[in-house]
Amino acid sequence: MSSPVKQRKLTVARAMAEAVAQEMRLDPRVFVMGEDIGPLGGVFGNTRGLHEEFGGARVRDTPISETAFIGAAVGAASDGMRPIVELMFVDFFGVCMDAIYNLMAKNTYFSGGKVRVPMVLMASTGAGYSDAGQHSQCLYATFAHLPGMKVVVPSNAYDAKGLMTAAIRDDNPVIFLFHKALQGMGWLGTEKGATVAVPEEPYCLEIGKAKTVREGSDVSIVSLGVGVHHALRAAQQLEKDGVSAEVIDLRSLVPLDREHVIASVRKTGRLIVVDEDYHSFGVSGEIIASVVEHDIGMLKARPQRVAFPDIPIPFTPVMEQWALPNAEKIVAAYQQMHEEQSR
Amino acid sequence: MTVPSNAQRLWMFEQMLVSRYLEESIERIYMEGKTPVFNMANGPIPGEMHLSNGQEPCAVGVCAHLNAEDIVTATHRPHHIAVAKGVHLNEMVAEIFGKKTGLSGGRGGHMHLFDARVNFSCSGIIAEGMGPAVGAALSRQLQGKPGVAVAFIGEGAANQGAFHETLNLAALWKLPVVFVIEDNAWGISVAKQASTAIERNYLRAAAYGMPGVFVPGNDAEAIFAAASDAIERARAGGGPSLIEIETSRLAGHFMGDGEQYRPAGEKEALQAKDPIPAYRQRLLELGVLDERAAEAIAARARGRVEEAVLFARESPYPAPEEALDCVFV
Repeated sequence: MSSPVKQRKLTVARAMAEAVAQEMRLDPRVFVMGEDIGPLGGVFGNTRGLHEEFGGARVRDTPISETAFIGAAVGAASDGMRPIVELMFVDFFGVCMDAIYNLMAKNTYFSGGKVRVPMVLMASTGAGYSDAGQHSQCLYATFAHLPGMKVVVPSNAYDAKGLMTAAIRDDNPVIFLFHKALQGMGWLGTEKGATVAVPEEPYCLEIGKAKTVREGSDVSIVSLGVGVHHALRAAQQLEKDGVSAEVIDLRSLVPLDREHVIASVRKTGRLIVVDEDYHSFGVSGEIIASVVEHDIGMLKARPQRVAFPDIPIPFTPVMEQWALPNAEKIVAAYQQMHEEQSR
Repeated sequence: MTVPSNAQRLWMFEQMLVSRYLEESIERIYMEGKTPVFNMANGPIPGEMHLSNGQEPCAVGVCAHLNAEDIVTATHRPHHIAVAKGVHLNEMVAEIFGKKTGLSGGRGGHMHLFDARVNFSCSGIIAEGMGPAVGAALSRQLQGKPGVAVAFIGEGAANQGAFHETLNLAALWKLPVVFVIEDNAWGISVAKQASTAIERNYLRAAAYGMPGVFVPGNDAEAIFAAASDAIERARAGGGPSLIEIETSRLAGHFMGDGEQYRPAGEKEALQAKDPIPAYRQRLLELGVLDERAAEAIAARARGRVEEAVLFARESPYPAPEEALDCVFV
C-alpha cells in the first residue's frame, strides 16, 4: 500500500462498515441481519451508520434467534440475495451451528454446484478483557476444519475492508472473524497497529492470500488477527538481540496460503506459529504440518507454537493474561529454538 | 372451502400415483443386493431410505397451488413432495442411485435433493428447512418479487428450537411463508403422544399470532382447501400460516425398520385407509374419472417412473475424484 503524507486512518469497525455500505450502494441484493446491528450500529461498531443510510428493511435487527436468522440467510442467499449476517460473539455458534455447517457450507456441494450461497457470516472473536469462556473464544479452526466455507481473519483495517468487500462479492459463504481487541471500540482496549490508512474507494483483497508484514531471515513467525501484532512486537524485541524475524499474516484460513508460509520457512529455516485459538487440533498444528509435510529438511530447529492452552478461557485477569499469547512468549519460543540448536 | 377444479383433481391423482409407483419401485430395487444379509451399504440404492407411502395427499394438496417460482423445502422423507413440486424425475431417481446424471451428480442422495429450476430442496435434519424457507420468503419480500415459500416438516419438528424461532421470525416480519406439518404420528419409534406435550401442533400457531389449521383425514381435497387459504394469504402479503395435516406413514421410518414399536393391527388399519385408492374411488364417484381414464392415468404414471428408473440404472457413476468438485463455486 502506498503512503502519501496525509492518509485517512480507520478503525477495523469503521472499515468493515464502510465496505458493507459501499457494497450496499452498488448492489441492491446485499442486506444485513443480526442482533443489535440496526440503530445501535453493532455491539462492536461494525454496522454503524448503515441503518440510517439504508433503513430497517436492508439493515434489520433480528430476534435472539440465531438458528432462524442464519438459516434464513442461507435461504435468501440461495434465492439470489447476498446477506451479511452477524453472530455477535463467535462463541454463540453453539446454538446455530447446524445452519452454518450443515446448510450454509454444504448446500453448494449437495446441489452439485448448482445452488450458490453467497453470504457473509461475521462474528467477533477474542479474549483479553475478562469476559470469560463464553464470550472470549476465537474458534477459527473449528470453522476452517469444516469444508464448504471460506474463513478470513483480518489483522487491520486495510485488510478488513478489502476482505469484507471480497467476501460480499464472493459466490461462496465466507466466515469473517474479527477480533475485539482490533475493533477500535472505546470501551475495549484497542491494538494501535490495527487502525491504519484505508482508501476511500472500494477494493478487494484476494481471499486465500497471506502477506509478509515484516521481512526477516532468521525465523518465520506466522500468525493471524491480533496475533500478528504480538508477532510484530516480538520481532522488534528480537531485532535488539540481532535476530531478524519475518512475520506472516495469514489473513485467510480457507483457502490457506501454504505456499507463502513454506517459501518463508525455506528462507529462514525456523517456524513459530502464534494463535489465540486453542493449542491442540488447530491453526498452529495445521501450519506446522503443512511445512513438515512439504519438506522436513527445511527446518533448522523444532517448530514452536504459542497458542492458548487447552483450557476454557478463565475470567480473572491474572489467569487470562497468563494464558494468552504475547510478544514475550514468542521471544521465549525463539530463545528455546536457539538454545536447542546451539546444544 | 376451496374446491379443486377437475383438472387439479386429475393432476393431484396422477402425482400421487407417480409418487407411489416411485416408492414401490425404490422399495423393490433397494433390496437388490441386500438379501439374504441386509447391509445398508449394498445394492444399487445404498444408504438410508425413507419412503413416503401414505403421505402423498400432503404434497399434492399443497403443491397444487404452487408454481416453479415458489420455494419448497422438504424433509428427510422428500420424494412425494419433490414429485408434486415438479422436480426432474429422471435426475432425481439418478441422484437416489448415486449416478453422474443425478441432480447433483451423486453428492447428495435421497435426503439432499436440490432442483433449482423449480426451487426445491430438502435436507436430512429435523426442522432444518424452516430457516431457509423463511429466508427465501424474506428474499421475495425484499425484492418485491412474487413467490411464496413452503416449509414441509414432520410433527417431530414442532419440538425443535428452529420451529419456534422461525415461526416467530416469519410472523414478526410478515413473510410469505407457509409451514406444513405432516403428522404421521411417529418420530422413528417414538409415538407423538410420548414426545409432544399438546395433542395438536396447529395450536402452537397462536403463540406466534398466525393462523393455524388442522386438517384431519389425510384427504387431498381438504388439504387443498387449507393450503389455498394459507397460500393466498401469503401471496397477498398477509403473512405466514401453519397447517397441521393428519397423515399416515404406511412404511417404516426407513427401509429395514422392523416396526416392532407399532401396536398390533395399526399398520393394517392404516393400509385399509390408504389415501390413493380412496381418492380414486372418490373421483370415480364424482364422475371426474371413469375406469378407463383411471387406468390410462395409472399407466402414464407407471411409465414415467419406469423411464426414470431405466435412466438411473443405465446412467454411469461419476468418476470417484469428482468428489473433490463443487465444494466451492
